[in-house]
Amino acid sequence: MLRLKNNFSIEHDIAGCGLCGIINIRKIRTNGEDIKKAIALEHDRGNGLGGGFAVYGCYPEYADLYAFHVMYDDLAAKHDTEEYFKNNFIIEKQESIPVFKTSKINDHPILHRYFLKPKSDREDRLLHDLGDDDFVVSSVMLINSEYDGAYVFSSGKNMGAFKGVGYPEDIADFYMLDNVEGYMWTAHNRFPTNTPGWWGGAHPFTLLDWSIVHNGEISSYGINKRYLEMFKYNLALKTDTEVIAYILDLLIRKHGLPVELAMNVLAAPFYQTIEKMEPKQKELYTALRQIYGSALLNGPFAIIFGYPDGMIALNDRIKLRPLVAGTKGDFTYIASEESSIREICSSPDIVWSPKAGEPIIIKTINTENISQKQRLIIS
Amino acid sequence: MTKSSFTNIQSEYLAVIDHAKCVRCKRCIQNCGWGTYSFGGDKIIADHSKCVACGRCYTYCPEGAISILKNPTVMRENGNWQDYHIKNIWRQSETGGIAISGMGTPLKYKKYFDHILLDACQVTNPPIDPLREPMELKTFLGKKPSKLELDFNEDDQPVLKNPMPPQIELATPFIFAPMSYGSISLNAQKAMALAARALGIVMNIGEGGLHDELVPFGKNIIVQVASGRFGVNRDYLNSGVAVEIKIGQGAKPGIGGHLPGEKIGADISRTRMIPAGTDAISPAPHHDIYSIEDLRQLIYAIKEAINYEKPVSVKVAAVHNIAAIVSGIVRAGADIVYIDGFTGGTGAAPIIIRDNVGIPIEIALAQVDQRLREEGIRNEASLVAAGSIRSSADAVKAIALGADAVAIGTAALVVMGCHICGKCHTGNCSWGITTQRPELTRRLDPEEYGEKLYNLINAWSHEMKDILGAMGVNSIESLRGSKERLRGIELTDSELKVLGIKHAGM
Amino acid sequence: MITIDAKDMHYKELNKIIRENIASGIKNFFLENVNGQYYIGDGIKGDDITITVNGVPGNDLGVFMDGPSIIVNNNVQDNVGNTMNAGKITIKGDAGDVVGYGMRGGRIYIRGNAGYRIGIHMKGYNTQIPVIIIGGKVGSFFGEYMAGGVMVLLGLNNSEELAGEYFGVGMHGGTIYLKKKIDFSKYSKEVEFLEANDEDMIFLKKYLIEYANDFNLQAEDLINGPFYKIVPSSARPYAHLYTSSAL
Repeated sequence: MLRLKNNFSIEHDIAGCGLCGIINIRKIRTNGEDIKKAIALEHDRGNGLGGGFAVYGCYPEYADLYAFHVMYDDLAAKHDTEEYFKNNFIIEKQESIPVFKTSKINDHPILHRYFLKPKSDREDRLLHDLGDDDFVVSSVMLINSEYDGAYVFSSGKNMGAFKGVGYPEDIADFYMLDNVEGYMWTAHNRFPTNTPGWWGGAHPFTLLDWSIVHNGEISSYGINKRYLEMFKYNLALKTDTEVIAYILDLLIRKHGLPVELAMNVLAAPFYQTIEKMEPKQKELYTALRQIYGSALLNGPFAIIFGYPDGMIALNDRIKLRPLVAGTKGDFTYIASEESSIREICSSPDIVWSPKAGEPIIIKTINTENISQKQRLIIS
Repeated sequence: MTKSSFTNIQSEYLAVIDHAKCVRCKRCIQNCGWGTYSFGGDKIIADHSKCVACGRCYTYCPEGAISILKNPTVMRENGNWQDYHIKNIWRQSETGGIAISGMGTPLKYKKYFDHILLDACQVTNPPIDPLREPMELKTFLGKKPSKLELDFNEDDQPVLKNPMPPQIELATPFIFAPMSYGSISLNAQKAMALAARALGIVMNIGEGGLHDELVPFGKNIIVQVASGRFGVNRDYLNSGVAVEIKIGQGAKPGIGGHLPGEKIGADISRTRMIPAGTDAISPAPHHDIYSIEDLRQLIYAIKEAINYEKPVSVKVAAVHNIAAIVSGIVRAGADIVYIDGFTGGTGAAPIIIRDNVGIPIEIALAQVDQRLREEGIRNEASLVAAGSIRSSADAVKAIALGADAVAIGTAALVVMGCHICGKCHTGNCSWGITTQRPELTRRLDPEEYGEKLYNLINAWSHEMKDILGAMGVNSIESLRGSKERLRGIELTDSELKVLGIKHAGM
Repeated sequence: MITIDAKDMHYKELNKIIRENIASGIKNFFLENVNGQYYIGDGIKGDDITITVNGVPGNDLGVFMDGPSIIVNNNVQDNVGNTMNAGKITIKGDAGDVVGYGMRGGRIYIRGNAGYRIGIHMKGYNTQIPVIIIGGKVGSFFGEYMAGGVMVLLGLNNSEELAGEYFGVGMHGGTIYLKKKIDFSKYSKEVEFLEANDEDMIFLKKYLIEYANDFNLQAEDLINGPFYKIVPSSARPYAHLYTSSAL
């Protein structure tokens, strides 16, 4: 049987990896050819035990609905899960996720997608009054932890994750991503080091509209996990990526931090740097560390975080993982290796490596607050 | 009862002098606080019955002529009736007294720190080189909000909406444990004050008041309010960086304190603000705290007196129900909770309490941290762990089990020469630590031992950085509460469960 | 002078207003409609400050206080004068339990009765002599662990016993004066019973006159003896309780 979930007897599933991301700031959509080529160049950063993609803008016709991508071990699991959907959601549309079996990937779970809207009179309303987003999060957690043989791997609006066990270029062919279009793509090539690889464990990891691809092992995983548990997050996957996604969910969605400050929690400035700040800023950053010390991601990491308004790339505060960015016109490319960018954009306008812990924030153009660097890039 | 002059008790130790080496310089006579040595006309004579093996004499014998031996005379001991059971029965039958002793329990209970191993990085994530790369030990003790509240200034830059609650800033997560003037000498306190200032950490002055000479060290001092309220007034409460309410002590949970009148000389009398020569009694309870809501009342009485400008700590002994107790303390408004484990030290405690009451700090800490997390209030207070932290490894393990910082008591005394002879309560300490006899306290030079304390904490901090580096993290907050980096060996399933750690290999 | 209406006010706000007004030089405070606010007078300093309380103040009235005077025209609750250093608290009604815990200086005058553990661990040091005078009767554990200072129990208008059980238990300093004898079985083994002498009466007189004035009583009625005096039999009640352990 294929493994959908992390039911290995380990405390922490870790992996090395390669990453890529492409965004068009004017939300012009392109198909999956480029991202596949870019991540394929990083073939040797993975080991064939996990590959995947996130794409934004792929379901414009269902943009108001939660697009659930679900993997099932068998029809019984599908039946049980669909019962839950029927009781709690209006199912506007459902269908098999189109796949193309190849010699590389011919053994796969049942892959199905649903376009859902939470019912206003759903059962949980008797107990509490969750908003739709919170209800979707709790439904995903419920299915992933309680429904044997079912795993929700994507649940956002007008976006989707496509992933599995295999090299990413093979996964791209399997899901026929050349037929899928989006204005933002992220990709991941996985090298798991303490499990044999499992379909759910491939990246991107998503939560609502957010997606994370991640390279490196978080050495602070233990305390990050315990910190999140205090806020009632259920860390079923035991992966670093899951931890990062939930920390961002806590900081940005629940605590309302601007994304820039949230990044400064993940890769906090050193006290030596804080000492040199002007008083108000020093006070803020000291408080940030005092309050969110347990959310600091310590150890080597590079992540690409996708959300509907843009893409953020970040590496750790002493730069133990590589990250390169380049732009060409309305496109920004981010990758683990510069050659991935050159593979699909031979002469970018500029190419740079961000400093340790300094986020690259690329927002789509109809949103305000464009960063200095972004202004430079656009102009 | 009339007292018998006959005693069954053999000398514990033999102070053996090599008369061929001895040059009759009489330093041993001068150095021994116990009166073991005298001069017998042509040679030094030792009264073995007085020797406690405190090590002062041979340390200062210029000829190496003194050996302290365990008395080889056989006690008819067996596995059940041990030497000390028999001797204490004899002593108590002679005096009718409660058997007391100094220091933490000497009995061989399981030491959980010795059954916990640490993690390190190999390949999948890198260790960090602590000598070259940044490595942060800075620690703040105090209540933290659960989330950051922001405002935006005129430039649309985020700024703090409310000031942070008051914090104690520590350059490294160590503090010197509360030891009062009276239980130890002023010079011993001064040595810790000097070291704390140089290290950017704090010392806790214990419950015996604040001596005038320590007033300038206010930025490195936690003042304590215990049931005896010695030296406590409004100025005292405002003289340090925090105020601690002492409820209990690991060596004697539920037991008060008692500094005998003969130790209350003029200086201690002034510092404790009590008349000279009277017993200084600390009642078992605070008589304004008979219930948890009363603790809240005292916490806020203090906060009102210090205008909410400093954190208030509550020190408790680790007892069976410690997790629920600490949860109550946190909800009562404490900003810091100091948990003193079963093996914690003391200047004097009834051994029946010291050796039988309480639970180990490792277990207490694991349970408290877990409970506070389950209740979602771990941020509401910092945890300080104490109870015989013997090395930086113990400190690291305590922090990974959930402590924000650890307190060093006995280890600091060992720096000053203590050999853990356990006779603190007699007031004869030859090292000038737990005595008020001026000819003994004079020999403890605060500068010299302040520097040695500084060296110790520096060395331990370096070792802590080495461990953090090996674990691949560069900030102490990434270790704090990270039980995932701990594994147990030779522990039962119950022990692992209560500690919240996995067995090695898992 | 300032009048503060404390109705429905939280103690944190009330005490903040008091502290701020003291800082700006106000000396006289009238607190109206007080009901249950804790910590009135907590840690305030200044011999010339007077706070008059109308209503029942909350626990820890005058805790850590260092100089000011508080006048309460009603009853008070528990822990009055807790760890008080100097100043004066005058209570027209009754007081609750644990009055003057660890009190080092100043006076507490209670017109009515007081509860359990009055004057517990009262100290007294150097020239500081804390004094508590109770007009009525008290509960058990009067003067427990008393280490210094003076307490006077008058038993005015009271035909009942003046005090409960365990009188002066653990007392090792200070003096208690009684205007009426109590049952000898109530005295703890740590105290001795004496009759007050002339020197005692000279000391007592100035406090009793002040007490009489504060409560509109005839000073002569209070001063006229005899008075009885309770003192500890030892400053070291537990000197022989302990023996050195072998381990």
